[in-house]
Amino acid sequence: MATEAHGEATGLSFHPMDQFIVRPLFSDGPVHWYTPTNVTLWLFAIVLATLALLVLGTRGRAIVPNRSQSMAEMSYGMIHKMVGDIAGKDGLKYFPYIMTLFMFVLFANFLGLLPMAFTVTSHIAVTGFLALAVFLTVTVIGFVKNGAHFLDLFWVRSAPLAIRPVLAVIEVISYFVRPLSLSIRLAGNMIAGHAVIKVFAGFAALILINPGLGALVTPVSILAVVGMYAFEILVAFIQAYVFTILTCVYLKDALHPSH
Amino acid sequence: MISLLQEAAHTAAEHTESVASSVAHGETETATGLPQLDLTSFGNQIFWLVVAMVVLYWIVAKVALPRIGAVLSDRQGAITGDLMAAEEFKLKAREAEAAYDKALADARAEAGKIVAANRAEIQKELDAAIAHADAEIAARATESERRIREIRDSADNDAREVARDVTAELVRAFGGVVDQAAVDQAVDSRMKGTLQ
Repeated sequence: MATEAHGEATGLSFHPMDQFIVRPLFSDGPVHWYTPTNVTLWLFAIVLATLALLVLGTRGRAIVPNRSQSMAEMSYGMIHKMVGDIAGKDGLKYFPYIMTLFMFVLFANFLGLLPMAFTVTSHIAVTGFLALAVFLTVTVIGFVKNGAHFLDLFWVRSAPLAIRPVLAVIEVISYFVRPLSLSIRLAGNMIAGHAVIKVFAGFAALILINPGLGALVTPVSILAVVGMYAFEILVAFIQAYVFTILTCVYLKDALHPSH
Repeated sequence: MISLLQEAAHTAAEHTESVASSVAHGETETATGLPQLDLTSFGNQIFWLVVAMVVLYWIVAKVALPRIGAVLSDRQGAITGDLMAAEEFKLKAREAEAAYDKALADARAEAGKIVAANRAEIQKELDAAIAHADAEIAARATESERRIREIRDSADNDAREVARDVTAELVRAFGGVVDQAAVDQAVDSRMKGTLQ
């Protein structure tokens, strides 16, 4: 790659993608489907973080909450309101699933920002599986709740009859693109942000090799790392929010398919 | 898309081999392509993802959400209860205020009545005392007038007596014959102007 060639020329080493490699935890052997890997480790870190926030944080069950209980209640309130507002009252039945999804993506994104961490949501395998699960679940719900009327979603009755077939084609395509856009958006954001931080971090080492040029480049790249990191914290939340809110929108389409 | 993924899987598989050989040579493992497209790790990731999601779902849906929901509804109940109690207390306070106002007005009216009664009684006593004093003053004034008149009368008589005697003596001294009746009449007529 061009960056690597450049890196070799100046003595810097850029490996922005190494952080995404799936490695076995306890051996150097091949990755079988059951092998505990860094993915396993960080998946369970997410589970533990959720446990800490939502269960340990609320163990006081206080009428006047402490900080951790406030945060747990705030996340509950935020997602509960989101499901209720977007998917409607009958969507609240699916609130636990959506809450699980939100907590998972949120903590995956946030824990991935820890130094040396592995970001599970930067993997298409993970986000794609989640997105497909959402897509299939929502489609099944749509057909179970509405039967053939679910197809009204693609037949825009508010449009003139002549352009309805065209719209139907567009709607069908956009419907099937949903899991793809949902998964690529999340993974893409995570990959890009983390890789950019790594590239800037690679530049930060220049002062060790070329003190003259490094005196200029290193502070700028450290500032850039800090700036990107702050931005990534924002992105981590926003992407979790977007993933969840889109799930709610899809659920709404499944529950109330008419436009 | 699928052909792209397969292609990526091939390169990834080759990459894994080269990585394995480089690890054997004691070098650190590096990624040449996107590790995300390494299909050999998909099964592993998805397996552990499903395990983790099942555990996470259980924690969230069976433990966390019921607990937080219960806490929130408890709080809502407590707030509603407190508001109702506050409303009740407000009503009670209003009643107490009304009772207080009424008691105050009653006390004021009672006080006014007592004051008026006392004033009337005092007025009566005062009137009686004034009337008594007036009567006494009038009696004493009458008495004084009477005595003044007596004194004046006796003074008149004395003066007349003296004037008659003096006149009679004067007439006698001039060698006249005293006609007592004429002297008296002359003295009286002269004195009419001076004595009241």
